[in-house]
Amino acid sequence: MPRRTALFERTAALMTSVAWKEWAGYAAPCNFDAHSEREYFAIRHSAGLLDLSPLSKYTVTGSDAARYLARLWTRDITRLKPGRVAYACLCDGEGKLLDDGTVACLDPETFRVTSSEAWLGWFERHSRGFTVQIEDCTDQLAALALQGPLSRKILQEICGVDLDGMRFFAVAAGRIAGVRGWISRTGYTGDLGFEIWIAHEDALAVYDALLVAGKPYNLEPIGLDALDVARIEAGFVMQGVDYISAQHCLTEARKSTPEDAGLGWTVNLEREGWIGREALLRERAEGPKWALVGLELDWAEIEALHSEYGLPPHLGPVACRNAVPVYPGGGGSKTPVGQATSSTWSPTLKSYLMLAQVQRKFLALGTELQVEYTVEFERRTITARVVPRPFFDPERKTFTPSATPRKASQ
Amino acid sequence: MSARGTDSKPYDSIVVGAGHNGLTSAAYLARAGRRVLVLERRHLVGGAAVTEELLPGFKYSVCSYVVSLLRPWIIRELNLARHGLRIVPLECSYTPQIDNPGLCRWPDPHKNREEIRRLSPRDADNYPEFGKLMGKLARFAKPFIDERAPDPTSLRPSDVWQLKRAADRFRALGDDLVALQLKLTTMGGVDFLRQFFESDQLIAPMSCSGIIGTMLGVNSPGTAYVLLHHYMGEIDGSSRAWGFPVGGTGAVSDAIAASAVEFGAEIRCNAPIARIRIQNGCATGVILENGDEIAARSVVSGCDPSLTFLRFVGREHLPGDFALSLERYKNRGSSGKVNMALDRFPEFAQRPGMGPHVRGDVAIAPSTEYLESAYDEAKYGAFSRRPFINVVFPSLLDPTMAPPGKHVMSCFVQYAPYDLASGPDTWPDHREAFGDAVVDTLAEYMPTLKDDILHRQVLSPWDIEQQIGITEGNIFHGELGLEQLLFQRPVAGWARYSTPIKGLWLGSSGAHPGGGIMASPGALAAKEMLLSGAV
Repeated sequence: MPRRTALFERTAALMTSVAWKEWAGYAAPCNFDAHSEREYFAIRHSAGLLDLSPLSKYTVTGSDAARYLARLWTRDITRLKPGRVAYACLCDGEGKLLDDGTVACLDPETFRVTSSEAWLGWFERHSRGFTVQIEDCTDQLAALALQGPLSRKILQEICGVDLDGMRFFAVAAGRIAGVRGWISRTGYTGDLGFEIWIAHEDALAVYDALLVAGKPYNLEPIGLDALDVARIEAGFVMQGVDYISAQHCLTEARKSTPEDAGLGWTVNLEREGWIGREALLRERAEGPKWALVGLELDWAEIEALHSEYGLPPHLGPVACRNAVPVYPGGGGSKTPVGQATSSTWSPTLKSYLMLAQVQRKFLALGTELQVEYTVEFERRTITARVVPRPFFDPERKTFTPSATPRKASQ
Repeated sequence: MSARGTDSKPYDSIVVGAGHNGLTSAAYLARAGRRVLVLERRHLVGGAAVTEELLPGFKYSVCSYVVSLLRPWIIRELNLARHGLRIVPLECSYTPQIDNPGLCRWPDPHKNREEIRRLSPRDADNYPEFGKLMGKLARFAKPFIDERAPDPTSLRPSDVWQLKRAADRFRALGDDLVALQLKLTTMGGVDFLRQFFESDQLIAPMSCSGIIGTMLGVNSPGTAYVLLHHYMGEIDGSSRAWGFPVGGTGAVSDAIAASAVEFGAEIRCNAPIARIRIQNGCATGVILENGDEIAARSVVSGCDPSLTFLRFVGREHLPGDFALSLERYKNRGSSGKVNMALDRFPEFAQRPGMGPHVRGDVAIAPSTEYLESAYDEAKYGAFSRRPFINVVFPSLLDPTMAPPGKHVMSCFVQYAPYDLASGPDTWPDHREAFGDAVVDTLAEYMPTLKDDILHRQVLSPWDIEQQIGITEGNIFHGELGLEQLLFQRPVAGWARYSTPIKGLWLGSSGAHPGGGIMASPGALAAKEMLLSGAV
C-alpha cells in the first residue's frame, strides 16, 4: 500500500475525484476534480499548490560537503554560494544518467539535495574519505510547490522572506505561517514559482495557511496530471519517462548520457574529479549520439488525418507518456531515428507538443520529422518540426521585481 | 515617426482602427515584411476588445467580455501565447431561477446529466445525443470560418474546388443530418430545440445564443443555427467554446498588438481619421481629422462596413448598387453592456457560494416566455424592463481584475435597441434607467447586489457607437443573420475583403466570417491582400 504524506488527510478531503497514483512509494493526487483542466489553468494564470513530499531529500553536512557533492553531481558544487540552488545530473561511472535533481547550499557546510528516487546507498558508497554526514530526510521534511504567476503574492502574505528580491534558483530560510522552513525559487512548471520545505509535522498548517491566503487569488490544489502538462510545455525531461535511470536499464542501449537527455548544459567536462567525467570525455571525443528535441506536430495534418476517418481530432485531457517512434522527414524511411517520450496538447500554445530523443543529425531547429500517430487503431505518421525548448517560457519565470544588480547563476 | 506633418514615403498599408481584427491584419501584413501603420482614434488599442480601469483597482472588459473561437492557428502563427495571451475556459453555464436552484450546464457530461435529470430525465438522455449531432454539423460548418467565403457565382477552379469540398462535406453528413442542417438554418432557436427537449428551463438558456447581437427574438426564424457556434469551439483544439482572457479582453488586443509591433508594424493612437483618401477610384492613403495626409499603397479597414464606406469613403466614390446594399445592411444594435465594481461577491440566493457554478457565465433566461417578452418591448423601441442578461464575474476567473476580495461583474444585456422610440440620440436620457432595470433584474436573484455596488458603467448601443465608433452599436458589425453571412457579408459579390475601391480592403467583423473575438476576418483579409499581390 502506498504511504501517506503529511498532507494526505487534507488532499484526500479536497479531492472529489478519488484519483491517486503511486509516486516513489507514496500516494499522490492525479487531479482533484473530474478533470485536471482547472488545475492546469491555475498554474498558468493564478497559482497551483502541489504536495512534493515524495521527492527524495537529503541533508548533507560537514566540512567536505561541497567537495563531496561536486564529486557526485555534474555541476561544480564547490562554487555554489550559500542561498543558491543548482540543478544537476547524477551519473554512474560510465557517464550514464542515474537521476537529476537539485542541490541547495544552505550554508557553506550544509546542503539540501533532492532527487527523483532514493540514492542513500549510492551517496554513502562514495562518501568514503570525505568528512561528511548524509541524512535521508525524505520522511522528516515535507515539501510544497507553489507555482504560477500569482504565487509570489500569495506566499508573501504568509512569509517574512522578501520574495520580490528573491532570484530564480535562490533559496532562503525563514518563517512561513509562523513555522521555520526554507523557500526556494524553483519548480517544475516553467512558470514563476516557489518550493517550500518544512518539517513533516508543520506541513498541514502551512498547506492550510497557503490555501487561505491563496483563496482571493484563485489558488488551486493541483495534482500530477496538471503538472505533467506544464512540465512538458516547460520542456523539462522526467526521469523514468524521457530517460531511464541507468540503474534500471537492462541494456546499454536504453541508458542515456546527460547530452542524450538534453541535460548536457549541466556538465562541465573541464572540471576534474567527478563520477562519469572520463566516460563523458570519451563521448565528447567520439561525438554524442543522441539529442533531446522539442517537437511541434503539424495541427493541420492532424485534422486532415482524422477527417480521413470522419473524425475530429481527439485531444487527450492529460499528457501522454507512451513513447512513439520518430522517423526522418519526408516519410520515405521506415527506420526510426528516435523516439518521442512525452507528449501533450498545450492549452496555452494551442499546439501539440512532444519531447523526443533523436539522432543528433536531426537536432537543428526547423528540422522536419515524422512521428507515429494512431487514429482508429491504425498507425500513421504526422509531420513534426523541431522547435525551441522550452516551448513556453514566460518572462515572469525568471523576472525578479526588486533584484539588486548581480549576475544570476543557477 | 512623428504624427504631425505629411509623411512622404508611402506605407505598404494603413490599417484603420486598432480593434482586434485591425491589429491582426497589421500583424499578418508586417509578418510578410510589409511596412504597416495602424491608426487608432482612441488613446488605447483594442476597439471593442479593451480593458479599462474606471475605478482604481477594478478592471472592466468594457465591451466584449469573453472569447469564443479565437482561431488557434492565429494564436500559433502570431505567437500570441508568448505575447501574453492566456485564456481561461469558463467552467459552467448557470441559469438561475428565482424560486429554485436553476440549471448548471457543466463540461463534465456526468455532472451535466445529474443537473438536467432534475428537470427532465428524458432531456438528460437527449442532451449528449443532441451534442453529438451538433458536433457533426459544426464540423461541416467550421471550415467556413477558417477560409475565405465561398463564391457560388465564380467558375474559377479554386472557387469551384472550394464549393466542391463544401458539397462533399455536406453529402458526407448523410440524409438525416442534411435535413437537420436545413432545419437549423431556417428555424427559430426555441422551435429547433423543442424537437429535442421538453424542459423550458433548459431550452431558454440554450436558445439565447441565437439572438445575441441581433434584433430578433428566440422564436424568430433563422436564430437556430448560431447554436452551432457553441459546438465549434469543442472541435477546435480547446475543450470549451468560451473562455475568459486573463487581463480582460483588452489583453487579447494587447497580445496581438505586441505581435504586430514585433513583426515591425507601427501603431499610432489618438490618430482619428476623417477620410480614406480616394484618387482616381483608388484608395491612396488616409486624411486624419487634424488634416494630415498619410499615403499608402493600400488601406485596410478594421471598422464596420457602414462606417468604412458611408463615412470614410463617401457615397460619391461608390457604385450605386453597392451603396444601396450598404444602406440596407442591418446594423441595428440590440444590446448594451453594464459593468460593475463590487465590494464583495453578491451570492445567488438559490445557489450560494463562489463555487464553480459562478466561474462561468450566468444567463438570466428563466423561460422562453421571459425572453420573448423582453423582445416584445424592444420591437416597439423600448429597452427590456426584464432583459436577457449574460453575466460573467471576471474577478473569479482572473483575480487580478479586482483588489483581493472585491469583484467585477460584466453584464451583457439584451434588448437595448439602438433605435429607441424617441430616437437614438435620447439614449443619454434613458441610460441610467436602463442600468437600473438591469440591477433590479439581477437583484431578484442576488439579493445583496444593490448594497455591494461600488461603481457602475452603463453602455447603450448609442454609447458604444459614440465611444467605440461601431455603427448603431452592433457588437458584430452587422447582424449575424444568414442573409448577411458568407458570400453576402457585407455585400453580395464583395465578401473576399476587396472592395469596389481599388486598394481598399475590409478586414473587420463586418467581413466574412463575422463578429466575435475570432480574428479570422483580419487574418483572412491580410492573407487575401498578400495573395492577390495588392500589397
